[in-house]
Amino acid sequence: MFEVVAFYLFSFLTIGMFSITVMTNNALYALSSLAAGMIFISAFFFLLDADFLGVVQIVVYTGAIMALYAFGMMFFDYSKEIKEKVNNPRLAFVLTGMTALLIVIMFTIPVIGESAQKGLYPIHESYGNIQDIGLVLFTKYLIPFEVAAVMLLVAMIGGIILAGKKMDISYSEMSEEDIGIYEKELAEIAKDKK
Amino acid sequence: MSLNEYLILSGIIFSLGLIGVLRRKNLLMLFFATEIMLNAVNIGMVAISKFHGDLTGQIFAFFIIAVAASEVAVGLGLLILLYKRKNTVNLDSIASMKG
Repeated sequence: MFEVVAFYLFSFLTIGMFSITVMTNNALYALSSLAAGMIFISAFFFLLDADFLGVVQIVVYTGAIMALYAFGMMFFDYSKEIKEKVNNPRLAFVLTGMTALLIVIMFTIPVIGESAQKGLYPIHESYGNIQDIGLVLFTKYLIPFEVAAVMLLVAMIGGIILAGKKMDISYSEMSEEDIGIYEKELAEIAKDKK
Repeated sequence: MSLNEYLILSGIIFSLGLIGVLRRKNLLMLFFATEIMLNAVNIGMVAISKFHGDLTGQIFAFFIIAVAASEVAVGLGLLILLYKRKNTVNLDSIASMKG
């Protein structure tokens, strides 16, 4: 009973929040309703006995990703409403048709094989979710875990280099000659200091 | 609750994100819509993991969250670069190739 009530409550809340995100023309409303929707989604993870993922969802999405978006929005001018002009209505029809076709294909493809139903790493009832996930993650999925760590490091370095520490000068924005001139200037400044 | 309800919910949220991807012209809003789609897939994965008694779904959802985080970091860096160059984050402003 409790589960049913919670499921329907949170599904209506999540769908409502996400439809605000998709439909609104105000960037701040979109951002805050997206954050709210992410928190409501973590409720489903708790309902599904995935405690660890629920906590990770709250920490990563509302803690890290929303903060990043908020920082990103500071660089853009969002005080005015966003104007979205769709000047090619035929494109929308083509994309919608393709999407409908894709969904039909997805439904008509038969379920592939019985082996996928058996399960690779069964849930141990006696362990508890976090211990269970840790066991599988650090034994069976250790290499993907390490690769994900490297990917996050690369993304961090990429983000820093792209956004740039000095906001007025960015190497990725300058032409090759300008970079040469700029680096010569820097070298001369360094010489003067010596 | 059965698996079907969760999968239907996941499908509804995914289509919401898809609508967003199709109708948005602002790149930041496009990013929001992709986040919604990633989250919808996560719900489906965790629901299957629970109802099949198998942990693989949760592990995959975990990796999807990691991918989403790095996507946001790189994507926002590129977005700031685009804004510095074109002074707008509208999708039409990147259409420099004639085709």
